Amino acid sequence: MSRALQRMAVEILELAHGTDDLVLIGIQRRGVELAERIAKLIEREEGAAVPRGALDITLYRDDLGTVGPKPVIGETHLPGDLTGKHAVIVDDVLYTGRTVRAALDELADFGRPKRISLCVLVDRGGRELPIQADIVGKAVKTTADDRVEVLVEELDGRDQVDVVR
Amino acid sequence: MTSSSILGKDLTGLEHMTPEQIRHILDTAEPFKEVSERPIKKVPALRGKTIVNLFFEASTRTRISFEFAEKRLSADTVNVAATGSSVSKGETLVDTARNLEAMRIDMVVIRHPSSGAAEFLGNRIASNVINAGDGKHEHPTQALLDLLTIRDKHGKIEGLKVCLVGDVLHSRVARSNLWGLTKLGAEVAVCGPWTLMPRGIEELGVKVFGRIEEAIEWADVLNVLRLQLERMEKGFIPSLREYYRVFGVTPERLERSRRAITIMHPGPMNRGVEIDSRVADGPHSVILDQVTNGVAVRMAVLYLLAGGRADLADAAKRGGASE
Repeated sequence: MSRALQRMAVEILELAHGTDDLVLIGIQRRGVELAERIAKLIEREEGAAVPRGALDITLYRDDLGTVGPKPVIGETHLPGDLTGKHAVIVDDVLYTGRTVRAALDELADFGRPKRISLCVLVDRGGRELPIQADIVGKAVKTTADDRVEVLVEELDGRDQVDVVR
Repeated sequence: MTSSSILGKDLTGLEHMTPEQIRHILDTAEPFKEVSERPIKKVPALRGKTIVNLFFEASTRTRISFEFAEKRLSADTVNVAATGSSVSKGETLVDTARNLEAMRIDMVVIRHPSSGAAEFLGNRIASNVINAGDGKHEHPTQALLDLLTIRDKHGKIEGLKVCLVGDVLHSRVARSNLWGLTKLGAEVAVCGPWTLMPRGIEELGVKVFGRIEEAIEWADVLNVLRLQLERMEKGFIPSLREYYRVFGVTPERLERSRRAITIMHPGPMNRGVEIDSRVADGPHSVILDQVTNGVAVRMAVLYLLAGGRADLADAAKRGGASE
């Protein structure tokens, strides 16, 4: 995973032409950890601080019924107004695209970024909306019955990506 | 309209709730605090839901707090007050609610002078019902915001010593607080004139202090209840001045305690009766934090009651941790 993250960090730098105006925004929960790691890699490379934020999209979902009987809403915090910034959304798995749709709606309530890009560790296909990632760590073919599990050291004690069939 | 929310269909009181349910509401309220700090104080979570605020009793704080909570969740809201509505023409509670339901509403927030009104209504209509205060029975969202404020200030509730001061007998705030605090493991006491203490309250494991000085000596938190002025007319207390002299929470009395006691009040305050202005505005008062937390707690309750069908949630989970 660390090689994939390293490569994603380089691709983000290319996409954003450096760190000026760059903001990394992780989607709760594992996207936040991944954004943090990528930001550190970029900072080590460039020697410039990369602002980052966290976004919980639960309240922006398009179907309240799918949140479950005991929903847990994570923290949302953004590093100031996003107007004029290049926001890069970071998430662990890209699947139907509905999470990203919700994230785009939510970001619009925090300002008007000049550009929003999408960076995911795993693209598992299966899109239900016309949304594609700009940067992909690894693309995996899956079916609707498969489950893609991303574990990160900070939350799970180890880095691992599993496709459970 | 059926729901498998962790809270069930209605929120009528804390008496029959589990500690887990109460804690989940408090945990859910945390992220909602942040929504009210955003430049655009609104999330689309309850878009398309219609909520009626049915208030058969005067209320400013609670009604406005619910309304803000509803609007910040993007619900559509209608306020109905008892005066100036068909209620004043003699319509029964159930008929009023059924007529509202016929207009396809999703939730009712009800404040009513009769104890049990919210539960009565919840058993008769399909919409979610939230109790915003029913007679002397319960005022669950007030107790929840009190619990959240205590947890914010002290980092925990378990093991804290909380004393409710004043008219415990007639207070739905006190009743809901007693249930909530004891369920979450606080030590609870009450303090006030004997005429305003419920009989047999010791049997619930609640300490009773006859003197405010003893309560101050003991407590980490004082929740000072509003003394309803009509109590004097009915002979429960001799006079307001006497009440202030014997039970008023004053800086002089607080100074005698070695610890910094957190001061709470559900409002509206009678300054100079149950609480001295210097205490209400003092450094240990969290009275305005309570008001801020009220909006977050009510957002959490509305959100949790409106959401959550387990079957769909499971289906979503099978699709993977993230979509």
